Amino acid sequence: MITAIVNVSLKAGVLDSQGKAVHHALDSLHFNGVEDVRVGKQIVLKINTTDKEQAMKDVEKMCEEILANTVIEDYSIELV
Amino acid sequence: MKVAILQFPGTNCEYDTQHAFESLGATTEIIWHKSETIPSDTNLLVVAGGFSYGDYLRSGAIAKFSPVMKAVQEYAQKGGKVLGICNGFQVLTESGLLPGALKRNDGLHFISKHHHLKVENNDNIFLEELHNGDVVNIPIAHHDGNYYINDAGLEQLKANNQILLTYTDAEGNAQNPNGSVASIAGVCNKEKNVFGLMPHPERAMEVILGSDDGKAMLQGFMKSC
Repeated sequence: MITAIVNVSLKAGVLDSQGKAVHHALDSLHFNGVEDVRVGKQIVLKINTTDKEQAMKDVEKMCEEILANTVIEDYSIELV
Repeated sequence: MKVAILQFPGTNCEYDTQHAFESLGATTEIIWHKSETIPSDTNLLVVAGGFSYGDYLRSGAIAKFSPVMKAVQEYAQKGGKVLGICNGFQVLTESGLLPGALKRNDGLHFISKHHHLKVENNDNIFLEELHNGDVVNIPIAHHDGNYYINDAGLEQLKANNQILLTYTDAEGNAQNPNGSVASIAGVCNKEKNVFGLMPHPERAMEVILGSDDGKAMLQGFMKSC
């Protein structure tokens, strides 16, 4: 069993309104020195295989087809 | 004139859309998303508004894999006319039938109110009943209506007259409720047979309910089909 952790977030340059709101809230709470906040989502997949290379290929395909909208989002994949 | 209206789990504007088109004299049929075909006599296919699949993952992201969408792709590629309203617009951008994407509104709130829109390009069957610069008053009701497209894409939209409508005030001055790039409320594809917009023309069919400006918009399809 391989666990794939997919992180999806808005591309750099695409305004992240949620990140901005969280940044504003942190400022209000006097957490100074926070330069930037980006909010994303994490999708955890358990994949029934031991072949890491194949798992990576499969998850990349999933990201391109459905898990991320590559018009506005970037993704990263970590296998554990 | 036959209008086929798609229905996914979570769609909630299919009956409004049906009522609107029937009031203009069209015959309609609601098509469940499991159908692998659309009726052969369809003149216009409408992807109605709502919350397909509960907006899970992203608005419209899961609906694009419904069985009926393959038939929609084929229909559009053959030049069939497709209109996506609100969630339908999101489904069409997710499917790649329209350029760009819809993000969470800048203010993070769900916005539900009447909003003025300016007609930017009427050289298409959807808006041919209106004139460029006309201002219409149409309800909006969305959480993810913040239209995004990159700079190169925006230039293409402008060059091909693909921007249909922009958000404005009553005088036609830009007024952006949700952060959309260039205040864009609706676009079409380059071939001008696939149309998408966040506002709801089907909810603007009666003066007593606030506006009947939606009539002139939907009427364009009635004349051309």
